[in-house]
Formats: sequence, C-alpha cells, structure tokens
Amino acid sequence: MRPSVQEMIARSNGKKNKKIIEKIIPIILFLIASVSVLTSIGIVLTLIVETITFFTRVPFFDFIFGTTWLPFSNKDAQFGILPLIVGTLKVTLIATVVAVPIGIAAAIYLSEYASENVRRVLKPILEVLAGVPTIVYGFFALTFVTPILQSVFPEIKIFNAISPGIVVGIMIIPMIASLSEDAMSAVPKSIREGALAMGSTKFEVAWKITVPAALSGIIASVVLAVSRAIGETMIVSLAAGSTPRFDGDFTGSIQTMTAYIVQVSKGDAGYGTTIYYSIYAVGFTLFVFTMMMNVLAGYVSKRFREEY
Amino acid sequence: MRYIEHQQVIKRMNGRLLVNRIFKVIFLAATLLALLALVILLYRIVTQGAGHLSIEFLTNFASRFPEKAGIKAALIGSLWLMVVVAPTSIILGVGSAIYLEEYAKQNRITSFIRMNISNLAGVPSVVFGLLGLTIFVRAMALGNSILAAGFTMSLLILPVIVVASQEAIRSVPGELRDASYGMGATKWQTIVKIILPAAIPGILTGSILALSRAIGETAPLIVIGVPVIIQFLPAGVMDTFTALPMQIYDWSSRPQQEFQTVAAAGIMVLMAVLLFMNSIAVIIRNKFDKRY
Repeated sequence: MRPSVQEMIARSNGKKNKKIIEKIIPIILFLIASVSVLTSIGIVLTLIVETITFFTRVPFFDFIFGTTWLPFSNKDAQFGILPLIVGTLKVTLIATVVAVPIGIAAAIYLSEYASENVRRVLKPILEVLAGVPTIVYGFFALTFVTPILQSVFPEIKIFNAISPGIVVGIMIIPMIASLSEDAMSAVPKSIREGALAMGSTKFEVAWKITVPAALSGIIASVVLAVSRAIGETMIVSLAAGSTPRFDGDFTGSIQTMTAYIVQVSKGDAGYGTTIYYSIYAVGFTLFVFTMMMNVLAGYVSKRFREEY
Repeated sequence: MRYIEHQQVIKRMNGRLLVNRIFKVIFLAATLLALLALVILLYRIVTQGAGHLSIEFLTNFASRFPEKAGIKAALIGSLWLMVVVAPTSIILGVGSAIYLEEYAKQNRITSFIRMNISNLAGVPSVVFGLLGLTIFVRAMALGNSILAAGFTMSLLILPVIVVASQEAIRSVPGELRDASYGMGATKWQTIVKIILPAAIPGILTGSILALSRAIGETAPLIVIGVPVIIQFLPAGVMDTFTALPMQIYDWSSRPQQEFQTVAAAGIMVLMAVLLFMNSIAVIIRNKFDKRY
C-alpha cells in the first residue's frame, strides 16, 4: 500500500539534512558567483602589482610619453609605449573604417528591408563569422589578403597595418550588425507604420526614423566593436609584424600592444627581467584602453536610450 | 483649389523611390559582402589544405618536415583541455546564474557581481593569459599544464555561460515554480527538479558555444607558455600539452611556404571540430525549443 500524503510529509520532515541543504546551497552558490568578482580583482591586482615593479625600473613618464620602444636592446633598452599604442590605433582605425559602414548597412538591411525568412537565414550565417577563431583570420590575412594587397599596391610590405586592419574589420562586422539590428528591431513598429502611412519610403523610414531612434544602441555596438579590435591579438601577431614604430606609415611592419605581449611570451622572457615585467605594463595599458571603451559603451546605451 | 499637385507629387515621388531602391541595393550588397568574406575564407582554406589532409596528418606528431607534420598531439591536447574547461566553466557558470536568478536579492553586492560579469566579457583574452600566467602558472605552481590552461580558459568563457544560463533560467515560466512550491517542494528541490530540467537546453546550447570559443582561443595559451613541439601525449591534467590553435599558429608563422598548406589542413580540422560542436548546439536548441 502506498503511504498517505500525511505520512510522506511527516517522513520528509524527519530528514534533518534537507534543511541543512537549503541553508548551505545559497552560500555555495554565492561563493561560485563571487568567482567572477575574484577574477576581476585578480586581473587588476596582477596587472597593478607587476606594473609597479616595472615602474621601479623604468620611469613612469618615460613609459607613457616615450616614443621609442626598444626592449630587446642589450645596452640601451627603451620602454616608451607610444609606438605600440600608435600601432594598435592604426589597426583599429582601418578595422573601424571597414566594419562600421558595412556593419550598419547590414543591420539596416536585416531590420528594415529583409523579410522574416531572409533574416532567419542571413543572421545566423553572419554570426558564423563571429565564431571563426582569430587564428584562422590571422592566417587568412597573412596568406590571402596581404598578397592581394601587394599585387595592387606593390609598396605594401609582407607585414603591414592594412591587411590585419581589414581582417579585424571583417571579424567585428557581425558584432556591429547584430547589436545594431537588435537596437533597431527594438524601435516599435507603430512609429515605422506612422511614417510609412505619411508616404515615406522605406529608406526614409530607416534613415530618418529607425536609425536616429536606435542611435544609442548603434553607437554602443560600434564602441564595443572598437574595443574588441583594440584587444584583438592573433590577427595582428601573424600579419602586422613586430616593428614598433611611431609614425603614420600603414604599409610597413608595425607592432601592437597585444602582439608585443605574444612576442615576449613566445620567446620565454626570463622571470624577473624588465622585459618580463614590461608585458604586464603593456597589458595594463591595453586593459585600461578596453575598459574605458566598455564603460563608455555601457554609458552611451544607458544614458541615451530612448524609452517608448 | 487643388490641394495636391499630382504632377508635382509624381515627379518628386519618382526620385524618392529611386533613392529608396538604390539604398536597398547598397544595404543588401553590404550584407552580402560580409557573407562573401566568409565564403572566400572557407574556400581558400579548403583549397589550400585539402591536399594535406589525410589519416597520417591526424595520427602523426608535429615534425620539422612539412610532409610528415601531423596534428595528433594538438588534437588530443585540445580534447584534454576540454576535460578541464567543460566541468569547471559549466559548474561555475550555471552556479553563478542560479544564484543571480534565484537567490540574489536586489542589492549592491548583486549589481556589483552583474556589472563584473559584463565587464569581464570585454577583457581581451591576452589579458586573461597574463592572469593565468601569474596566478595559475606561477603562484599556484601548476606550470604550463593542462590544468593551468584549463582554468584560464574557464574564466575566459565564464561570462558567456553565465549570461546564456541566466537567460535560460529566466525563460522558465513562473507558473512552474509556483506549482512546485504549491506541491510543498523546497526552493532547492524546485531548482533541481523543475527549473534546471526546463532550462537545460538553453544552458547546454550556450555552454557548447562557449566551449567552442575556448577551443579556438590562442592568445592565452601563448602567454601561459604552452609549448608547440610535443612528441608525446599527456597522461594527466598536470602534464604539459599543445592545442590545435597553438599548432596552427606555429605552422602559420613559419617562413617555409610548405607549412602554409599544413596550417590550412590544421585549420580544416579545427573548423570541423567547431562546426560539429555548433551543429550539436543548434540541434539541441531546435529539439528542445519548448514554448510554455
């Protein structure tokens, strides 16, 4: 015979450990959730501590205002980070020029013109682009994009800022397209229909209604994509070269902050050397740059969000 | 008096419609351009690498000679990496999501944790490498082992899993919860027996996509100091190893032209692994796409 409900309740109340579980589980889960906070603290602490050690050897102002990055020189090593920042900005600039128009145009097409079926096919394919590992993009930049560029513009060197810039741009297109499309789809249909009823064409609706209304989301997506471009590592490590330079030349070998970290890590810099600490100082600078962009993106999307 | 000048309207309308049509083509072209880039990328790699792809390529170790170079150590190494990353990141990610969705009160600590997770998602992977190098490789003295690399990768993909799991848990309707409580279940029983089973498709889909990102990541491994030329298979998580993207990076950056073919073949293997994982994620999503 099956026990009655009263018996079952009485029996399960008899289990003391059930109550203990109910009390312990939230604590365990809270500890698990704090891992992300610990990770952030860990990142900031490691970067700061090792960077401070770096600054006991290299003066702070030499680092942030120096225009020569020459860490491997035996007698006269110089650590002025500006060339690495300039290299990073060159790649980021080209990536932005490539990705912003294409990404926003694709977003407008997907949200304003494409039928439901077309969007359902195109959007996932576009997102495949975002899932391609950056090492694959790097290989593509080095072995395909660079030779093509060289055949058109012979003055471009094997390692340059343009080819990785273009490929980083291709990499961040899906990010801009997808986030901007989300922002534009959030604009209520009634506003569009109002404009169409007044006799607007679809282009006028997109350009004068949807894009301005979704502008905060679009800007936030661009800022996030730029932040991703700044932190991109493998494409620039493979295709941009390793010549830190403080000039406006895009056709020759450059070095970015991320590529420097990779170059040193690969060569196994001895623990405790100034070069070892310099990757933390560069990493910290990179961290500050991307963090500023991420905070800015969050601010823009919050501050300028249109409420309907 | 006529309110509408028909001729005038027709004249201006034609121009506006033309602009509309032109921009429609431009916007479509931009979308297709992005897709074209993907097609060229895949086509290029397949034509370059297919010739080198063979059973020997999968079963040989890395070699100085391009024709003998194989991907065995990297393939097995990537699998070993997953042995550490999958349980670590899923336990941490789903645990955090359950806490945030079911237990957390709306207070400062909670919003701080949330803000932290979204900020972590924006930290470049190479910086995670520096974290792993300092904490796991040096401070915890794990060396460049599978464990150290696995922990680093787990933290890297943690935000993705947390956000996906949060969404999956949030989409479980409140009625199910209420019914469970109404039957006398406790909170933890409700989570384990009602909410998690209902949320598992979403959690799995997000986790698999996050894991496929971990398989493709290179930068943290380089910073941690994962070696490339490995002529043995790891026997445990404390052994050193190499992984698919590391091996591809090494081949791509060699000056000899022949190694480009080898690198392309390696990329085909990597992409096949990712494609396989992504299709599993899509199948799970479609199969369990329950609407409540």
